[in-house]
Amino acid sequence: MTALLEIRNLKAEIAGKQILNGYDLTVKAGEVHAIMGPNGSGKSTLSYVLSGRPGYTITEGQALLAGADLSQMSVDERAAAGLFLAFQYPLEVPGVATMTFLRAAVNAQRKKRGEEEMSSPDLIKSVKEIAKILDMDMEMLRRPVNVGFSGGEKKRAETLQMMLLQPKLCILDETDSGLDIDALKVVSNGVNQLRSKDRGIVVITHYQRLLDYITPDVVHVQSAGRIVRTGGKELALELEETGYASYQSEAA
Amino acid sequence: MSNAPATPSRKLTDAETRLAEIFATQQSAGAPQLATLRTAAFDAFSKTGLPNRHDEAWKYTDLRALLRDVKPLAAPPEESAAQSMRDAAVLTGVAARRIVFVGGYFVPTLSDLGDLEKGLSVMSLSEALAKGDAATTALLGKVGKVDDPAFALNTAFMGEGVVIRIGAGRCVERPIQLVFVAGEQPATYFLRSLIVVEKGARATLIESFEGATTQEYHVNAATEVVLEEGATLERLKISREGGAAMHVSTFVASLAANARLSDFGLNLGGALLRNQSFVSLNGQGAHAGVRGANILKNKEHADATLFLDHAAERSESKALFKSVLEDSSQAVFQGKILVRPGAQKTDARMMARALLLSEGAQANCKPELEIFADDVQCAHGSTVGALDENLVFYLMARGIGRIEAEALLTEAFIGEAIDAVENRSVREALAALVAERLRARK
Ligand SMILES: Nc1ncnc2c1ncn2[C@@H]1O[C@H](COP(=O)(O)OP(=O)(O)O)[C@@H](O)[C@H]1O
Ligand SMILES: [Mg+2]
Repeated sequence: MTALLEIRNLKAEIAGKQILNGYDLTVKAGEVHAIMGPNGSGKSTLSYVLSGRPGYTITEGQALLAGADLSQMSVDERAAAGLFLAFQYPLEVPGVATMTFLRAAVNAQRKKRGEEEMSSPDLIKSVKEIAKILDMDMEMLRRPVNVGFSGGEKKRAETLQMMLLQPKLCILDETDSGLDIDALKVVSNGVNQLRSKDRGIVVITHYQRLLDYITPDVVHVQSAGRIVRTGGKELALELEETGYASYQSEAA
Repeated sequence: MSNAPATPSRKLTDAETRLAEIFATQQSAGAPQLATLRTAAFDAFSKTGLPNRHDEAWKYTDLRALLRDVKPLAAPPEESAAQSMRDAAVLTGVAARRIVFVGGYFVPTLSDLGDLEKGLSVMSLSEALAKGDAATTALLGKVGKVDDPAFALNTAFMGEGVVIRIGAGRCVERPIQLVFVAGEQPATYFLRSLIVVEKGARATLIESFEGATTQEYHVNAATEVVLEEGATLERLKISREGGAAMHVSTFVASLAANARLSDFGLNLGGALLRNQSFVSLNGQGAHAGVRGANILKNKEHADATLFLDHAAERSESKALFKSVLEDSSQAVFQGKILVRPGAQKTDARMMARALLLSEGAQANCKPELEIFADDVQCAHGSTVGALDENLVFYLMARGIGRIEAEALLTEAFIGEAIDAVENRSVREALAALVAERLRARK
């Protein structure tokens, strides 16, 4: 069966500086992978390269989403094909109402996939249900996208978008940063509801803590732009003990 | 009638010569005062001729160079041609009392003048002029002290428009919409309206200008507004002219004590659009919100020139202009705030922002403050920028296509000016009009 995400010897650069140095990763449907690594090792870069952020150039290798070459797709096509990135630093979009944004996103994706648009009442109903799971006040969703949200509220909002859009492949870039323990539990609960045999989840994190709540099937250690070690969930605990120092020196 | 140009030293342009010829043969209907008014206006025009870039107020819009020829004065349209414009009007979603002009002529059969609210009187300009209506002739051209060649031309040639009066203390809820639809043929339209809102009265006025033709035509429109003590007027002006049209419009308003003016202009099309506003805050506590938005493409050029004259204590003005510019379009904003001696506690704020959607687009901004009182608050600012590509990426990463992502961000940009529109149905209709326009991009 085709893997959901297949990254082969991927090399990518930004501003002429090579960040990804021969990245290999395979995520099958139904799996949850954790990518851990020191700051600056290129974790966010990987997520941006996959989602098609302008400025990031693939110089070698390939990234395939359900067999389709991501580099041949525009940013919005990748999203419609099922790729979702929960941003490490979600952006504020002044003047664009959250509901307008959610409706535009859901319906743009549906349209590209040749599906029927979601009606406004259905959308509001879905959003309300998800907001309840994430313990979010609907009042917040009447504001412009992320405007004036705290760091934790932004992470909840990202999770809400993800749960609404029901992507095939979820990439969570340090979704745990800025969350207190209660918020972490709530958000993890939301993410766990997305676990399914048809969906892949990649959790990028610096700390082991998140993995207490979202249990990974596979844990990878990333250093200097590639994966240097892969293991089971016990690898995360080991990293908690030893830290990243040995990997940083190995990369240097 | 003597129309000899007062400055024979300069060779007249073809357009100026043609204007003089047309003026000389014009039949002046109506009262003798009117003929005097027109002649004085044309003489005033002849002293300077068409304004050019050496006139400070026309620095960025050289009408003398741009107006190559003068299209003939419009002839009355066939009734069938007028009827075919029935559905043309913008803002059809607003349940306004519509007064329709096609090809420069009032079309009673398309207009709704039945069951006028108590205190509301509406007369076509031609009717008021023919009758020699004393109240009208006493005010026409005298609402403000405007010394401007385009306005003088309008006074010299004014053909059709309306005279509206709202009686003291009356609140006319239903918006009144003047719909000006250009004819099919090249023509020049001189449109003129006079609006008097008496003491404590309120009204909403919409003026929409549109043309479906790709032929070049010229609109010279002027609206004079008198707001008596405590009167309130919300005015909306929408220009969606044909792609080759030239549209010059003058807005003159005089505000008595505690009068409130809320003005919003939206420019969606036309080769050249010049909107000049002369707003005088003559009474204590008068308030004027003057806002505008341009969405331009191709080589369209829109010039908003604003003169806010604070002549009384505690008067306030808020000006906000937003431009969204594609291709090699150009927006000009010139704003002058004058605070006269004695106009203490004036609060005047002016802001112009432009969003450039392509490299060839251009925004010019020239603010000017002239302050002769010491206890005032005045501020002005301007910004020019592009869309934030990080935000475009964020929206696209959620599956939203580029055009839609840019439209959402652009709507948000323009939204600040539209949000200030007080009448809810008008505000929503304007937002819908903007949304439609932004999604019509290729
Ligand atoms: N716009 C940029 N221009 C140049 N270098 C960048 C840019 N963005 C990130 N980098 C560099 O790429 C490397 C990886 O960054 P990043 O992917 O954010 O790491 P991580 O998410 O693992 O902390 C860092 O050395 C960072 O300085
Ligand atoms: Mg990062």
